Amino acid sequence: MGLVIEPFVRHSGAVAALPRADVDTDQIIPKQFLKRVERTGFGPALFYDWRFRPDGSVNPGFELNRPEAKGATILLAGANFGCGSSREHAVWALAEYGFRAILAPSFADIFYANCCQNGVLAVRLSSEEIAELLRRHAAAGGVYRLSIDLAEQRVEDGAGFAAAFAIEAYRREMLLHGLDEIGRTLLVEERIAAYEKGREKGNGKGETW
Amino acid sequence: MTPRTLFAKLWDAHVVHRFPEGPALLYVDLHLVHEVTSPQAFAGLRQARRRVRRPELTVATVDHNVPTGDRALPIEDPVSARQLDALAVNAREFGVELFDLHSASQGIVHVIGPELGLTQPGMIIVCGDSHTSTHGAFGALAVGIGTSEVEHVLATQCLVWSEPRTMEASLSGAPGPGVTAKDLILALIGAIGTAGAAGHVIEYAGDAIRALSMEERMTVCNMSIEAGARAGMIAPDDTTFAYLAGRPRAPRGAAWDRAVAGWRGLQSDPGATYDRRVTLDAARVPPQVTWGTSPGMVSGVTGAVPDPADFPTDDERRAVSRALEYMDLAPGTPLAGLPIDRVFLGSCTNGRIEDLRAAARVVRGRRVASGVRAMVVPGSQQVRAQAEREGLDRVFREAGFEWRNAGCSMCLGMNADTLKAGERCASTSNRNFEGRQGRGGRTHLMSPPMAAAAAVAGRLVDVREWAS
Repeated sequence: MGLVIEPFVRHSGAVAALPRADVDTDQIIPKQFLKRVERTGFGPALFYDWRFRPDGSVNPGFELNRPEAKGATILLAGANFGCGSSREHAVWALAEYGFRAILAPSFADIFYANCCQNGVLAVRLSSEEIAELLRRHAAAGGVYRLSIDLAEQRVEDGAGFAAAFAIEAYRREMLLHGLDEIGRTLLVEERIAAYEKGREKGNGKGETW
Repeated sequence: MTPRTLFAKLWDAHVVHRFPEGPALLYVDLHLVHEVTSPQAFAGLRQARRRVRRPELTVATVDHNVPTGDRALPIEDPVSARQLDALAVNAREFGVELFDLHSASQGIVHVIGPELGLTQPGMIIVCGDSHTSTHGAFGALAVGIGTSEVEHVLATQCLVWSEPRTMEASLSGAPGPGVTAKDLILALIGAIGTAGAAGHVIEYAGDAIRALSMEERMTVCNMSIEAGARAGMIAPDDTTFAYLAGRPRAPRGAAWDRAVAGWRGLQSDPGATYDRRVTLDAARVPPQVTWGTSPGMVSGVTGAVPDPADFPTDDERRAVSRALEYMDLAPGTPLAGLPIDRVFLGSCTNGRIEDLRAAARVVRGRRVASGVRAMVVPGSQQVRAQAEREGLDRVFREAGFEWRNAGCSMCLGMNADTLKAGERCASTSNRNFEGRQGRGGRTHLMSPPMAAAAAVAGRLVDVREWAS
């Protein structure tokens, strides 16, 4: 795609918490910002309707507007994060805002796939582990850091919390090396051509199921 | 041979390659493209000097951001116009067929695919839109994808997908009068939750599904994603073949006969196993109305707004409290009787001809309540033309509805059709998320007859008491 994807091997950073379930992609990037024809320019619109009041002023009550959340690169979120619309703009917005990883008990399927395409690591932890991280984040007054090691598939805070996480080998490889999925598929281009040829031969005979 | 599900048959037939690290590379039979999720994909192709591998399997239309007013006027929003222009340029440069704003076949991508006969049983269909699940109604495996995947499909005609789990949703019994396919799928989502089918492909089965028309089946499959499933599917049968026969892009003559003979094998084998099974008694489902900000926050119209305290977990109590605050609803308020400001009839869920007929039956000879603004946005220009041939436009106009041109419109409010803050809307669309139809707008999802009755009454009503 010509887009350079930053490899994700390990990352340490400040954590912001958004402890809500079912955060949909309409919240992550409202529709009025989907008209751009580029992959960039979405960061300022991230969570727009929550970050800003109707008059455009900053909503101080929103979690990401807390002073401690400034500069956060890891987002701690609730279950079914990224549900709803398939808009990849949601991941572009999160990445441009500065998030490199999102930790949640579960993610919506399309959103999870979209993260991987953009070098953003979506980490599934158990509800108990996420609840514990939220407790630690709150107890530290929102000044809390985590280290994520994708090579080792581990999350830890250096203060007693450590958890392993699972990720499919294919996606792990993609993220570790910042691979372009199209380039990867084109390595087996002859398989695609062979499949197409097989279909042409069968053409007109009707498919049997 | 091991009995296989419908899903497994489609999956197996489309595997081009299995990556040793997990997923499969699957061949795509039909790639539908629209203006909002494709410009970055085409730009990527251009930058990498790649072409569209199979332009003849790729079809584009404009739907998400298009104005639904007078088509003779220029587009007012320059940013929307730029996105539409970009698709026109991309379609021309890469050799992709485009149904643009001046085409008689323009419409919502999930409405025009079936009506043109592009959507056929046994296909893998993708589109950069989560409601691609709609096409599963034909016994296709149809999934929504992100823009990077759109670019991948354009370049390779293949999709990388890790095999999902399967769920059978069995719906039995005859729905009562006034109960539609929309009510069945909303009730199912209410029962299993908005993430209830995450990681799964749903196969809808049972006599209640068999009895549905194709348009009703599309409504059911359309909202699979609202239960978390990337795809939903229904085995094709005579209802499917009767719908497809004679459609412009469907096979003809001997090719049609051969195709149907093959399609008849597209059903799950007896004894095939699913990772999960759920059931719903369709006879017990009343007309549904959502009360919250997620499609799973739904109840029968005879019910009341729930009390957050009645929910078992902290997370749910927080979510419900937040939803009720946004919706400006107090626990215990009966849903029937809730005053509304706006009505939206349309969308890829309920913008087809049968939906408009069902709504028109309720509206005929009546008037939209004073103070209510109601609009009908047909799902395609062909649906609009058909409705006009049947005189439905007059029924709606005489009742005080706006009769508009095709597009996604107020389902997601990317064009000028939006709610104002605080407005309450009876909507036939698929998502009641915060701000979905306009910032501060309050959406109640329901069926077309329920929305039509609400327009006339000026409040939510039980359509079963509106027998005409």
